[in-house]
Amino acid sequence: MHPSFSVIFFTASSGAGYGLLALLGVLVPLGIVPQDTLFAVVALGLALGAITAGLVSSTFHLGHPERAMRAFSQWRSSWLSREGVASVATYVPAGLFAIAWVFFGGVSAVLGALVTLGAIVTVVCTAMIYRSLKPIQRWHNSWVMPNYLALALMTGALWLAWLLRLFGAGIASVDWLAILAIVLAAALKLGYWRFIDTTSSASTAESATGLGALGKVRLFEAPHTSENYLLKEMGFQIARKHAAKLRRIAFLLAFALPFLLSLVPLLAGGWPATLAALIAAPLATLGVLVERWLFFAEAKHAVTLYYGTARA
Amino acid sequence: MTSLPEHAGSKRLGLVIDLDICVGCHACAVNCKEWNSGGVAAPLTDLDPYGADPTGVWFNRVHSFEVGEGASGRTVHFPRSCLHCAEPACVTVCPTGASYKRAEDGIVLVDEDLCIGCKLCSWACPYGAREFDEDQGVMKKCTLCIDRIYNETFDPVDRVPACVATCPASARHFGDLGDPDSAVSQMVAERGGYDLMPEMGYAPTNKYLPPRPRKDSAGCTGGLAELAPAIPAGGGGFLGWIDQLLSR
Repeated sequence: MHPSFSVIFFTASSGAGYGLLALLGVLVPLGIVPQDTLFAVVALGLALGAITAGLVSSTFHLGHPERAMRAFSQWRSSWLSREGVASVATYVPAGLFAIAWVFFGGVSAVLGALVTLGAIVTVVCTAMIYRSLKPIQRWHNSWVMPNYLALALMTGALWLAWLLRLFGAGIASVDWLAILAIVLAAALKLGYWRFIDTTSSASTAESATGLGALGKVRLFEAPHTSENYLLKEMGFQIARKHAAKLRRIAFLLAFALPFLLSLVPLLAGGWPATLAALIAAPLATLGVLVERWLFFAEAKHAVTLYYGTARA
Repeated sequence: MTSLPEHAGSKRLGLVIDLDICVGCHACAVNCKEWNSGGVAAPLTDLDPYGADPTGVWFNRVHSFEVGEGASGRTVHFPRSCLHCAEPACVTVCPTGASYKRAEDGIVLVDEDLCIGCKLCSWACPYGAREFDEDQGVMKKCTLCIDRIYNETFDPVDRVPACVATCPASARHFGDLGDPDSAVSQMVAERGGYDLMPEMGYAPTNKYLPPRPRKDSAGCTGGLAELAPAIPAGGGGFLGWIDQLLSR
């Protein structure tokens, strides 16, 4: 599948934003993170800023961005529409949460829970857009949603640790949360990669043409001499050549380095701890961008079966 | 509304494509392009049409496959277009309501005035039926020539999709696949018409008829004629001398 940068940025940025928002929804009512106004403004600004930037970016790949409002109408059947509705609906408790925290210095557990729920539901909807597409076996499997949720949690936790260090208020439990989230997300990503490497779609060139009874089906002559929309959008191949290398880069940036950097504050205090935490979150976000690029580039679409691939 | 119609009628209009007969001439694709460049989905934009890398929207694509090995191998020409599925995920994934399936005849259409061009419907279709119009920023697809099949200014015989009307080999047939007594349904029953990628669960309306079993002998025409040997074996004379010379 063609990796459209606006969609990659959207899922990575809003994923981190919703992860951070979900954690704030739980940790603020519990009084675990600093309660002062400046921290509240910066933390919510970062979370809602990342979410909003992602949502706006997602409209850039549309043929008619000015009609984007229409995408809220079909929530009964469409996960894309549900994602739109959930993302906008989450602004309501998030806005009340922000008012309560910034102006009244405290948030009720119920409001916090609503914010967390909204964030989780939105990420679930994002994952389901891909999970529900049967023609793409590498998306239509049960690894996809846990991966999206774990990566949102991981980047959210790392950015929370980043914020806390920025305010000189590092909390060991948040550092531990980030480490656990990294381990969880790395395990799920490795599981996903193993799954897509060892399985393939039930569809073949034979089932696509229905000619299997006559023997093996090979493309003899393509219908057109230059690339069409289908091949550009669904037959994207450039990245697969470098897939192994890119996986190592993604693993290093998203998981290995942030893991090691997150251990530093637990072992040493002072400036090394601050420096390590400040580097970890941006590195992990960069790693998730590479991971998301691979998620698209490595996905094969069933329509390619008509264009000479044997299995999708 | 992109939810599928709850009270769909029994009528399911679609195509039956005979892979035994198709000669791969691409006339269906060309006439489809011609008709629809002026029809409800018009224009079917072409970009760089006379340049080095032309690209454009087509509703019909004719692939040619090699099937089987060696002497039993054969070439099969394979026209591919929208199958107007009974369970079209391209419709249900649409966030705007632009994609819809008609309750009265099962035709899957796009309302281009509602389409935001998110392309998700094209991702949801395993058959590659939908092509994005870069120039207009909306998704386009086969309409089953809705502006022909119900066109009362046409003679009844012409009220068929452009691809069917033009096929010089009569490899394409149009009709109601929801009616078991229709000519197309009978043809499907007789010839073992099948669905493409049934494992996807989309329940396509269009059916494909398989190539007929191959005749390895000439059958009733009396078999292969024995050819006279070009050179009498072991003969003498000039030809014998050449034969001996070349056989060394």
